[in-house]
Amino acid sequence: MEEHAPSTVNLQPSTIWAALASVPDPEIPVVSITDMGMVRDVTVGDAGRVTVTFTPTFSGCPALHVIKGSIEQAVRDLGVTDVEVRSTLTPPWTTDWIGDDARERLRQYGIAPPAPTGEGQLIQLDAEPTRCPRCGSLNVRMTASFGPTLCKRMYVCDACREPFEGFKSV
Amino acid sequence: MTAPAQTLTDTQTQALLLKLTVLADDEIILAHRDGEWTGHAPILEEDIALANIAQDELGHAGLYLSLAQTLGGSDPDQVAFWRGPDDYRNTRLVELPKGDWAFTMVRQFLYDTAEALWLEAATRSTYAPLAEIAAKAVREEKFHVQHTALWVERLALGTPESERRTQAALTELWPHAAQLFQPVEGEAELTAAGILPDLNAVHARWTDLVTRHLVDKCGLTLPDAPATQPGRDTHTHHLAPLLEEMQSVARQHPDAEVW
Repeated sequence: MEEHAPSTVNLQPSTIWAALASVPDPEIPVVSITDMGMVRDVTVGDAGRVTVTFTPTFSGCPALHVIKGSIEQAVRDLGVTDVEVRSTLTPPWTTDWIGDDARERLRQYGIAPPAPTGEGQLIQLDAEPTRCPRCGSLNVRMTASFGPTLCKRMYVCDACREPFEGFKSV
Repeated sequence: MTAPAQTLTDTQTQALLLKLTVLADDEIILAHRDGEWTGHAPILEEDIALANIAQDELGHAGLYLSLAQTLGGSDPDQVAFWRGPDDYRNTRLVELPKGDWAFTMVRQFLYDTAEALWLEAATRSTYAPLAEIAAKAVREEKFHVQHTALWVERLALGTPESERRTQAALTELWPHAAQLFQPVEGEAELTAAGILPDLNAVHARWTDLVTRHLVDKCGLTLPDAPATQPGRDTHTHHLAPLLEEMQSVARQHPDAEVW
């Protein structure tokens, strides 16, 4: 690591954003934390202090500490010694922030991307329509409303018979 | 977005600290009971579902306790792992043993609907940090409500045996559920200031919602609720062993930093 780099290294926020774009989501490594919309703000202060503000996807996500540590490390790897990682709850994270490119990567990875959230009712017993990431059929069944991570549900496709995970629309 | 964070008076801060503790305690204790199903649920998917739900509830407790800490409360880990049954302020509803699957689902349904409606109202809090927490948590709670509402319906309208168990669970749990709507000391002032939701209004909405689901849709019978409730400082004998288990690792390794 470039330990000798001066702390006053003059970085543009765009350089830091680019570095954060290579930090994978610890639970879904085909997408990065910026793809997921978790990084909300990057600022470079006068003394070279870099502040990154991120928002958690789910409040109980066990990967939060890992993500926070990864953000700090990615910025340090640019030669910055003074890094602050803040978290914010406002506005709350939504799957609508996941970019089109990342949605396509999720689909190729076998995870149905989230549907648009819209203004759903509080008690909505019918889950949003979901397309099989493998064959594209809408003839799918939800088999479990909670999956291996907080952000996913489990489905089976009745057209191609494959089980798959679907991103919750949050 | 919400109004800028208003300044709380000392009295308001003390009352809010108590309310945040009460909210967090219910989440922590229920999460522990849900976690007890890990490896024991009827099917693997439900094992996973309850673990997910427990994780969310702990996440919400973390949000409440972090806010309490910034208001002058103590470290969230201290609050969770170093208080005994005399200091916990959870309802008896959440501390009762996990029972059978119907008991767990009925309890979760009663709790989730109460939590979801309270959170929805709390998004309109004039105290921005609380409104932000509520806006975050209510999105997660929506999935719990969907899940447990469906399970209660499936069990109530399933076989005579599942119906019998679901009704028995409701009969036992219903009197305890009202305790979720007990105000804490000083809550009225916070409600008047728009900081906390009007608990009576939330209670009325909850009663309407759960009655429609449990009675109209699922054909269950609501028992009478008791006229009075003991306070949140009165626990059953089930809380002490729960805390003993939950806190055993922290207490055996008080100096551990990496878990």
